Amino acid sequence: MLKVTDLAVARGGIAVLEGVTFEVAKGQAVILRGDNGSGKTTLLRTIAGLQEPLAGQVDCAPDSIAYAAHLDGIKANLTVEENLKFWADVFQSDQMSKAVEAFDLGGLLQRPANTLSAGQKRRLGLSRLLVTGRDIWVLDEPTVSLDAFTVKAFAEIVKAHLAGGGCALIATHVDLGLVGDTLDVMQFHAKGDSTLSSFDEGFL
Amino acid sequence: MIALLMRDLKLAFRAGGGFGLGLAFFLIVVVLVPFGVGPQTALLSRIAAGILWVGALLACLLSLDRLFALDWEDGSLDLLATSPLPLEAVAVSKALAHWLTTGLPLVVASPVFGLLLGLPEAGYIFVVLSLLIGTPALSFIGAFGAALTVGIKRGGLLLSLLVLPLYVPTLIFGAEVARRGSEGLAVQTPLLLLAGITFGSMALLPFASALVLRVNLR
Repeated sequence: MLKVTDLAVARGGIAVLEGVTFEVAKGQAVILRGDNGSGKTTLLRTIAGLQEPLAGQVDCAPDSIAYAAHLDGIKANLTVEENLKFWADVFQSDQMSKAVEAFDLGGLLQRPANTLSAGQKRRLGLSRLLVTGRDIWVLDEPTVSLDAFTVKAFAEIVKAHLAGGGCALIATHVDLGLVGDTLDVMQFHAKGDSTLSSFDEGFL
Repeated sequence: MIALLMRDLKLAFRAGGGFGLGLAFFLIVVVLVPFGVGPQTALLSRIAAGILWVGALLACLLSLDRLFALDWEDGSLDLLATSPLPLEAVAVSKALAHWLTTGLPLVVASPVFGLLLGLPEAGYIFVVLSLLIGTPALSFIGAFGAALTVGIKRGGLLLSLLVLPLYVPTLIFGAEVARRGSEGLAVQTPLLLLAGITFGSMALLPFASALVLRVNLR
């Protein structure tokens, strides 16, 4: 469903990874590993389409990637329900009740998001994935600030997503107990001789 | 797009959302100017239209830096960029929300503030009209500036420096409409040019905003 071919990515004008090639099949999860600063986040942002690759290409169906990163995009002054409803409207989806149920947010719906704990916020942030109704989940450290119980519950949700014909690309240090390949990004570490294209609008 | 607009409006009205900030600032400017000029009603009423326009412009500027910065900080902008909503639509609804929460209240309040400055009677309709037509341009130009400075910490000052020069044409023609109207002269030419600036920036700037947002998201 997701095919990455000879991808090279840069962070802050410096190439960090090159020659990244892998494929995520339907119903499969690929776990990304690598030290801090090895380029996992940059790779995921590139695959999600937030930045341009230096070289190579990412093949997947258009508008099929749901991206979740370190920040959850939660508005503190809105309630949990309003936050979720907003994303449901943006994605024109009717999956909201399913997301609420899966992430056990029913009791929190009327709470303003600024009264949530870090773990609860994370749950709200991740529940957006189900709301999007998209097939390819690209997740950057999804289990940060989740307790052991919720991590397990989240692993079950990912499994259900895979069983339902989706796939996932997850950067994590936690063992989620998923069936799938592990990809160590360190092997793609850029040698430092790749140069940027002549013009970098990043100066703006 | 409607969802985003409604969310931004809701946020603006919630605690700390900044609705009324521009209006209060506008009021303070308008109250301060007579103190600075002194008790000369004739002089004041002659410059009233210009003061209202400069005040509206500064009030618009006040809330611009949070336009994209808040969504950038909490990660919403990344998520919006990966959503089905094109960034052009994001830019349009952000600018529209800014106008509805800042520009429109200024338009509505301007007759009252005109009274405080002793605006000539004939001028009211033209001040309101010029602000109504001109302030959307301020929001759309401002949204472009906000998109340019979105990744920069404390980018507010840079934003003002970038945006204020771009506001000059709007100010010139807006104030000209109000001045000519107050003096009973024909207003058609500056009014058309003002409308031209507004529609031009509404049509073109969202694309520019989306482009610089994409660059800043990298």
